[in-house]
Amino acid sequence: MMHRFANPTRFMRVANAILPWCAVLTVLFLAAGLYLGLIRSPADYQQGETVRIMYIHVPAAYMAMFVYGAMAVSSAMALIWKHPLADMIARASAPIGACFTFVTLLTGSLWGQPMWGTWWVWDARLTSVLILFFIYLGYIALVNAFDDPARGAKPAAILALVGAVNLPIIKFSVDWWNTLHQPASLVTMEGPKIDPSMLWPLIFMAVGFNLFYVAVGILRLRSEIAGARIRNLQLGLTHG
Amino acid sequence: MSEFFAMGGYAAFIWPAYAVTTILLCGLLGLSLKSMREREALVEALRSRRGRRRAEAPVTAEPVT
Repeated sequence: MMHRFANPTRFMRVANAILPWCAVLTVLFLAAGLYLGLIRSPADYQQGETVRIMYIHVPAAYMAMFVYGAMAVSSAMALIWKHPLADMIARASAPIGACFTFVTLLTGSLWGQPMWGTWWVWDARLTSVLILFFIYLGYIALVNAFDDPARGAKPAAILALVGAVNLPIIKFSVDWWNTLHQPASLVTMEGPKIDPSMLWPLIFMAVGFNLFYVAVGILRLRSEIAGARIRNLQLGLTHG
Repeated sequence: MSEFFAMGGYAAFIWPAYAVTTILLCGLLGLSLKSMREREALVEALRSRRGRRRAEAPVTAEPVT
């Protein structure tokens, strides 16, 4: 089953078929999320209107971790089955994950200043997310350090896997240490602890960001595949 | 309407958060699209150049199935 889609041509046929749907759904979900988050949802009883930053901050933070998780899984698959497509998926994902991590840090900072009175604190949650951002940058730098990405694939995959230990640290940082950052209120053992009027915009934004990741990921994957073909064609031209 | 944009006095924090996120995501989309188009055009150009040199040969980037 998996190997049927391991052929880039066949994989891209499926990916290109879902691309327009992803694009349309991304726009619809983000539009609905923005409408619910900015217009329909109420101000928070403690945080006032600043709670609206949450509708970007929390979905972006979820995506920062989700994309890294996807990178780690495809890197593991690349190491085990040695398939170039799995490496390409990890490489295509990294800039998207880095982007979401930066958005998380920036919106958190813009939320922290009015609510905590500071743009930044070195607390466990904030610091572990900053480390995630640096891991993304390190991964991107490592991948780009090789003229032929196929040669850098193995060290990059190992880096992605080692960096995955940071994911549970981020998730549980608010429980393990005393942080200024608030503890989890969505993914808890007792289910979400926030009002539906605030939960729905979060869900729409999170699904919208996820669809954005798939759509842009497909574009970047096509770019990676084209890059590999260019190298092969150029080798063929110079030696042939 | 102006009350909406004032965001209860927090406009200076809320709108930059939304603006920068929009710029970053649109920028990433734009760059990804640009790179993909350029590379795919180059593949086509190289293929047609090679096609003139010799008959179509298999591309080694793809595993033979």
